[in-house]
Amino acid sequence: MEGNIKLINDDGLRLDGRAFNEMRPIKIQTGVIEKADGSAFIEWGANKIIVAVYVREAYPKHTQNMDRAIVKARYNMAGFSVEERKRPGPDRRTMEISKVVSEALSSAIILEKLPRVEIDVFIEVLEADAGTRIASLTASSVAVADAGVPMRDLVVGCTAGKADGRVVLDLSKDEDNYGQADIPMAILPRTGKVVLLQIDGDVSEEEFDQATSMMMNAMKDISKIQRDALMSKYSIEDGE
Amino acid sequence: MKCLETKEIVYPGDKIELNDLKPRNGLYESNSEYFSEYFGVIQRGDKFVDIAPFNSPYLPRVNDKIIGKIMDIGPTMWTVDINSPYYSLLHINDTPWHVNAGDLERYLNVGDFIYAKISQSNEIRESWVSMKEPGMKKLETGQIIAVKPPKVPRVIGKGGNMINLIKNETNTKIIVGQNGFIWIDGDIENVNMAINAIKIVEKEAHTIGLTDRMAEYFKKLKGEN
Repeated sequence: MEGNIKLINDDGLRLDGRAFNEMRPIKIQTGVIEKADGSAFIEWGANKIIVAVYVREAYPKHTQNMDRAIVKARYNMAGFSVEERKRPGPDRRTMEISKVVSEALSSAIILEKLPRVEIDVFIEVLEADAGTRIASLTASSVAVADAGVPMRDLVVGCTAGKADGRVVLDLSKDEDNYGQADIPMAILPRTGKVVLLQIDGDVSEEEFDQATSMMMNAMKDISKIQRDALMSKYSIEDGE
Repeated sequence: MKCLETKEIVYPGDKIELNDLKPRNGLYESNSEYFSEYFGVIQRGDKFVDIAPFNSPYLPRVNDKIIGKIMDIGPTMWTVDINSPYYSLLHINDTPWHVNAGDLERYLNVGDFIYAKISQSNEIRESWVSMKEPGMKKLETGQIIAVKPPKVPRVIGKGGNMINLIKNETNTKIIVGQNGFIWIDGDIENVNMAINAIKIVEKEAHTIGLTDRMAEYFKKLKGEN
């Protein structure tokens, strides 16, 4: 299969008609789960992910940390989220994503403010179409802010990769499967500190620099979408 | 679609200009600059700048009068849910009754609500409540609703004007716990009216001129009947 598929046409457009530096449309909504302390729903292209955040005393008691909170993200894919049914339950990939998302969120949350607490972040992937770890993280940070947990910054993430030998932004499923590299990255936008960076595949140093600068630009827009999502719950229309 | 005028809104990580005021709640320092910890509104007082979050967990503070729900019964203590990530404890010596150890169910059972005061709290946010204060009691009748803890000051209003307005207009008895639990007692229609009013206040807490608008809301409601 590899080699036969053409991911970028002669006009420089990709399979779904995007330019090399164009994102898929992103939509975030907060307060989608009434009972949760904070929640968010993200549609990133065809990805659909729902996130619920609960803040509570860590249980069992011996897991409590006396001077700071612990963040427990749990990434889970629904059986119907991918083309071929995903076998339910944690596997190597979902456990890895849970770990990297927890760690990325931990660096944004001011953990010392909530000793003994456990911040549960439940991430349910309803539909997956490449880039779910970054979409999950982006939605999670909105949900955590919605829960009113003190944070240094809103974590924002983006992916780039290499398809048909070109660096492209926000890989689609086919580009992810048949491309040469996939680079998810997440930062704290105020300081530009990197909280998540993974590389799957081969890229040269120049390609990597090109990818990061492209992602940095895109993240400004995503950051704006996150803020608008938080605000939309609180802008009240005038009755008159 | 016109939006109501709101206070200045900030997001986590937004830089806050202090303008010679001192930073207080909801700000963190980095390289001698200050940034918001929360998604909320800026409140500039005479001396301090605070960030009032739209939502945040309730953290027990000594002398807060709170409404709690009995969660568990031990030999000498009740565990109390105070609408917070942290549970609180009520010891038998801190009740107005003479309770014998092991005989706690007779006074307060799981699911009962109490109005109590936080008597002690420590740096790891363990807290103890006491009912040995005038006015503290078991809440026998009525209904309990929960609002987000940061909205409690707005539900009470300046000098209690908002909650008094709701009490008078709906003819109900209301106790607002600092932790966001609110006890309402009265005729069922009146209670429902009060709940609706409180929900509006909670939703529009960050807008300007809310007390006047609520007075108008009640006028309209009364006019229709």
